[in-house]
Amino acid sequence: MENRLESTGTSFLDEVQRRSGTPISACFQCHKCSTGCPIGPEMDVLSSQIMRLIHLGEEKEVLESQGIWMCASCEACSTRCPMGIDIAGVMDTLRMMAVERKVAPPDARAKHFAHSFLQSVRHHGRVYEMGMLVAYKFRSRDFFTDMDKGPKMLMKKKLAFLPIRSGAASEVKEVFKRVEEEKEQ
Amino acid sequence: MRYAFFPGCSLETTAWDFDRSVRAVCRTLGITLEDIPDWVCCGSTPAHTSNASLAVALPVMTLQKAKHMGCPVMTACASCYSRLRTANHKVCSDPDERQRAERVTGKPYDGSVEVRHVVDVLVNDFGLDNIRARVKRSLSGVRVASYYGCLLTRPPEIVAFDNPEHPSCMDDLFKAAGAEAVEWPYRTECCGAGLSMTEPDAVNRLGHKLVSMARQAGADCIAVACPLCQLNLDLRQADAAKAYGAVLPTPVLYVTQLLGLALGLSVGELGFNALTVSADSVLQRCEMVVSAGRGGRP
Repeated sequence: MENRLESTGTSFLDEVQRRSGTPISACFQCHKCSTGCPIGPEMDVLSSQIMRLIHLGEEKEVLESQGIWMCASCEACSTRCPMGIDIAGVMDTLRMMAVERKVAPPDARAKHFAHSFLQSVRHHGRVYEMGMLVAYKFRSRDFFTDMDKGPKMLMKKKLAFLPIRSGAASEVKEVFKRVEEEKEQ
Repeated sequence: MRYAFFPGCSLETTAWDFDRSVRAVCRTLGITLEDIPDWVCCGSTPAHTSNASLAVALPVMTLQKAKHMGCPVMTACASCYSRLRTANHKVCSDPDERQRAERVTGKPYDGSVEVRHVVDVLVNDFGLDNIRARVKRSLSGVRVASYYGCLLTRPPEIVAFDNPEHPSCMDDLFKAAGAEAVEWPYRTECCGAGLSMTEPDAVNRLGHKLVSMARQAGADCIAVACPLCQLNLDLRQADAAKAYGAVLPTPVLYVTQLLGLALGLSVGELGFNALTVSADSVLQRCEMVVSAGRGGRP
């Protein structure tokens, strides 16, 4: 039987530690992160539980969790961790791994939002909110939430009908391309 | 005092009143802002949660452009501020990050462009004594809850111009303008930030918690320094009250909108008509005529 206490250097824990650059193995389960997490009540697995599951090599449970997609990146956990673990940074790494391994839950709305947002930046060099909102609605199939907000924002001139492009939009496109090429190598 | 201004995407649209009030306040105080030409989006949360390389490369593109301007960068959006500072931190502390950023942007960058937030500039560069001397209309009678949110003070190794758990810079600014800055416990609690689109129920829960605590602490308005904090607390306030219990409608102003009033600027110059929850109660408290000087966006 595999001894989970002995690191082989190729474990899930090692991989997440290497990619996030933070010492997850130092977590001693004080739960300070979970206690102060603003989204704790909405999470299926709390941040300290995610740290423990990573120790135990529970890759599937971690990467398929809804919790990693609920993180608001508020940095309270990373700021307060007595062991200096960048927990919010670990959440970022876990989201990336879940996407790469195609195991993110289909209703991970934050994934659809991030994709729609970055597509907008790729095309215009800046975020074009109106286009991004429509793209997000289609990707998430969540058509009816906040239907009243768009008109309210339009009335306050808080949404623009047309994109405001950056003069460096073509440079941004090139950067996106190079980032993708490097990833494939 | 001259700064390379990075407005960021929000200030062009959803936070145009922040943009307008920052520019008006700086103009009044003699702080010169020059927009960084062809700046690009910082990538915000979507970039750092999806692609580590892109999360550094996008802010670096703007910082490379600012480098030629020979002065520090100033941002108003707390998220842009955090992303630009984080990119600098990574480029300076990790040679691999620097090489990768230079490779994908195709240009050199050494992480040397200083990035400041408008509140930091006002409090620490311009100075509270100078602000006090420029006040034309005291905000006495206004009781404000300074809401710092997350990224202005966290994580401390990246931002570091105030205490991450007990910040006071905005309170000091409002006190200098004659207002009463109330003591309240949720000043650095998160509003739900980028979950606004994806998890509005959670954002409403957090917004309700914040607004009702500010009221309980005796505040009659909340001041923010982040476009998402403003949007989540202001635009969603009615929904939050409906879902979690009635709270007195509470105006949520940008720090520069409230300070601008003290500096003698008009509500039109400060974009007050962009607010969803009307700030008339605040104007009455500092004895401004509510109907006068109402201006729209040009």
